[in-house]
Amino acid sequence: MSEPDRTAPLFWLLFAGGGTASAMLLPVMVLVTGVAVPTGWVTEEELLSLLRNPITRIVLVGLVFLFLFHWAHRFRYALVDLGLRRLGSQAWLFYGAALAGTALAGLTALRL
Amino acid sequence: MTRELSRPLPRSWWLRHAPYFQFMIRELTSLVVLTYAGLMIWGLWASGDGGSFPSFHDFLSSPLNVWLHMAMLVLALYHTGTWIALTPKVLVLWRDDERIEPDVIAGANAVLFLAVTGLVLWLVLG
Repeated sequence: MSEPDRTAPLFWLLFAGGGTASAMLLPVMVLVTGVAVPTGWVTEEELLSLLRNPITRIVLVGLVFLFLFHWAHRFRYALVDLGLRRLGSQAWLFYGAALAGTALAGLTALRL
Repeated sequence: MTRELSRPLPRSWWLRHAPYFQFMIRELTSLVVLTYAGLMIWGLWASGDGGSFPSFHDFLSSPLNVWLHMAMLVLALYHTGTWIALTPKVLVLWRDDERIEPDVIAGANAVLFLAVTGLVLWLVLG
């Protein structure tokens, strides 16, 4: 008998949190960067001041965290389903990448 | 002695039937979520001290990026739709002895999605 994996609920929770955050916010964010910015409804200066707003930066770091852990969990199981069992089983690789990306976002956000 | 009985499945199993294909596309929308996380990191870097904001803005304004965003929009909406459709399975609510209808829970999430979308557009464009 192997030990039950006690970390599983945590990663499932992050997957669900990221899934909900991206379900609610991703379409409108894509509209902003894919339509509002290219058309100039949001000017370069407006986008810059929006991105330099400390509240925006905190929110974006939080979203990067949730988005990356959602991806890590869902994508690694998709790889298993696609027949890449060995790669998909390397949990540390995917969650480690998500953690590294979050750290990068956090450090980047501080450079103001 | 026991041996594991395994029936090999061809890797193309998900291309055989429409519901399997839809399932795999749904799972692969996580790549769009990953891509957008990368875009957010780029945006944070570009707008911070020492970053190059014009090159970030130039990229966003390029035709390539608009096409990329159109593809991401379709897949993001697919994720939103399938996610909301699943909410009643995860969120089972009872009022006294009566189970709240699954359609009501999914509907409430759909309304929340529209409200959040409107709020963000108002904050960014208003």
